[in-house]
Amino acid sequence: MTEHIPTGDNSLLAATFTTRKIGWFERFVGPENYRILMGLLKTPASIIGLTLISFFILVALAAPLIAPPRKGADPYSVPRDGFTSDPQPMGSAWKRNVPPIPFWYKAVTGNDKWVHLWGTSEGQYDIFYYCIWGTRTAFYTGLLVTIATLLIGVIYGSVSAYYGGIVDNIMMRVVDILMILPSLLAALILAAVLTPRIGKSLIPVMTALIAFGWMGYSRIIRGDILSVKERDYIMAAKVVGVKDSRILFRHIIPNAIFPTLVLASLAIGDVVLSFAALSFLGIGTEVGYADWGQVLSFARNWITSLNVYWYIVVWPGVTLVLFVMGWNLVGDALRDVLDPRMRGRS
Amino acid sequence: MTTFIIRRLLLVPVLLFGVTMLIFLMLQLLSPVERSALYVRDFPKNEKAIEGIIKRYGLDKPFYEQYWRWLVGVVDPMTHERSGGIVFGDLGYSRTSSQPVSELIKNRFPNTLDLTIWTIAPMILVGIWLGVQSAIHHNGFIDQAARMFSIIGTSFPTFVFGLMVLMLFYANLHWLSPGRLSDDLMRQVSLSSFHRYTSLITFDAILNGRFDIFLDAIKHMILPILTLSYINWATFLRVTRSSMLETLRMEYVTTARAKGLAERDVIYKHAQPNAMIPVVTLAGFSIVGLLAGVTITETVFNYPGIGSAAARAAVSLDVVTVLGFAIFVGFILIVANLVVDILYAVVDPRVRLS
Repeated sequence: MTEHIPTGDNSLLAATFTTRKIGWFERFVGPENYRILMGLLKTPASIIGLTLISFFILVALAAPLIAPPRKGADPYSVPRDGFTSDPQPMGSAWKRNVPPIPFWYKAVTGNDKWVHLWGTSEGQYDIFYYCIWGTRTAFYTGLLVTIATLLIGVIYGSVSAYYGGIVDNIMMRVVDILMILPSLLAALILAAVLTPRIGKSLIPVMTALIAFGWMGYSRIIRGDILSVKERDYIMAAKVVGVKDSRILFRHIIPNAIFPTLVLASLAIGDVVLSFAALSFLGIGTEVGYADWGQVLSFARNWITSLNVYWYIVVWPGVTLVLFVMGWNLVGDALRDVLDPRMRGRS
Repeated sequence: MTTFIIRRLLLVPVLLFGVTMLIFLMLQLLSPVERSALYVRDFPKNEKAIEGIIKRYGLDKPFYEQYWRWLVGVVDPMTHERSGGIVFGDLGYSRTSSQPVSELIKNRFPNTLDLTIWTIAPMILVGIWLGVQSAIHHNGFIDQAARMFSIIGTSFPTFVFGLMVLMLFYANLHWLSPGRLSDDLMRQVSLSSFHRYTSLITFDAILNGRFDIFLDAIKHMILPILTLSYINWATFLRVTRSSMLETLRMEYVTTARAKGLAERDVIYKHAQPNAMIPVVTLAGFSIVGLLAGVTITETVFNYPGIGSAAARAAVSLDVVTVLGFAIFVGFILIVANLVVDILYAVVDPRVRLS
């Protein structure tokens, strides 16, 4: 983006053009991307979404203050109050393994005995701790899986699009094949294969989600690159004799990647959802690891008495729904802004 | 048209090879002993037996040889009995349910199919209706409400939604229950006096004239149907709405209005049929997607279909069984997608030409 500074007598220019000041930020991200970002900040739905996301970021950062872990214990393993199977109701007193009382608790409730705020699940795991620390797990898995899938997808899609022809054809058929099985089923299988080899932890599930999650990005970036590839400056670079890899990584990808990046940043909600779904089915972390899907899976054993133990479903369920909804609201607004028919309007 | 179909058909062997290879690669991550479940019923006990089995079925051979054996099976030179061989429908043994995987699929798949068939109509019709209403009242209250609904709908994970409706309609109100049939009716269904013509319980019940069984089966399916439909409603709503809005702006619609047709006729007779083209494709892929996406819904509602069986096998790390399901589902999806693509080309001439 170059700036034209009119010199000399520009009274005529001023009469026909309305000029607009371009800030450093707009110059930095480019006018089209700037329009997209501003569009997001103006839609009410995406503002609600961004607020929800910020709220969860705060919860994740402040987890040790909101629900302090016991000294010396792994903060991600949810403290349990005994071993009896029946869930305890909300507000029941904490008897064994009492973690330290958080600073806000006394001020808000006036009580100085730590209780199970949102009740306990089967096996006396505290649901409040599950939800609070689960936020960290959600961001951690969501970010890691998204970044990994994005990297793989972008590299694969760019190589495929840049070389074109038979290479492109073969590489895209591989994508077709990987996309035949529904991604959740495929991830379920791979996680089941990997779990006995790696052990119950976040790794098998994350690997599985990465292995079957990158194909969408490679398709999108491929399409964008195919259009960028035909531009004159790429031709110019080729004529000058720039290396293939340099053209690809310095000239093409930076100009084609923005839509993919934005989509990826919003895919965190979906990744967290798939992750929760797999843990709900019982694949994934050790019992007692702070993870939303797992605490919901406890509810499966208490379906006949959910009228009494409703808090096992409602609190983690609402947490998960609000998290995903935050990303979806922003994503929905983004779809409108990215719609080519909206281009040129502000 | 013919070229399109031929080109699409040529893709099928490629996809079949790809999917079998993908699944085979995952099998290779298992140890030879675990892989023996592809050919023999029981886990070998002592060292000698293990070695014998590995030798006989070539579980230590290079991987292309194993792939071939996995495809066509191994024939015993003495008895001429074949074991394994996925092209013959032998998917190995399920150790967790102690029966051949193909048998397990044969028992479970009719239930999944039954559920899918009954989900199609509510899923498509309600979704389209919501979309059309939303488009007619563009930016009005109904439109905003529908949009809100669609965002909330897509954010509700299936299992959370499923657990919540179970909590409401089963635990609190006792109206509906999970499972397949009530216990005493389940017993009657397995009697020989109840003919299994189609193995789909609802249709068999009608053919046998047992409407009590039919109603009971439907009653058990209402919640899973609702759960499977609502996620798709949001998608149908969005696609129908935008397609309908675009059609309503077209000139022939203005002409219809100008010549004085009633608004009802303009919308439902002139605009809607044309707005349905993208919806038809979506419907095709959604129906196919239903067959594949039942894993979680079936697990939540304890519904005995292939999805819940696959999930259970995966949790007990019975990988041979899960991969057997994967082959089955992959095969169905390849065929179903082929059918949808060809039908779509028949419906929409633009696809044929490109």
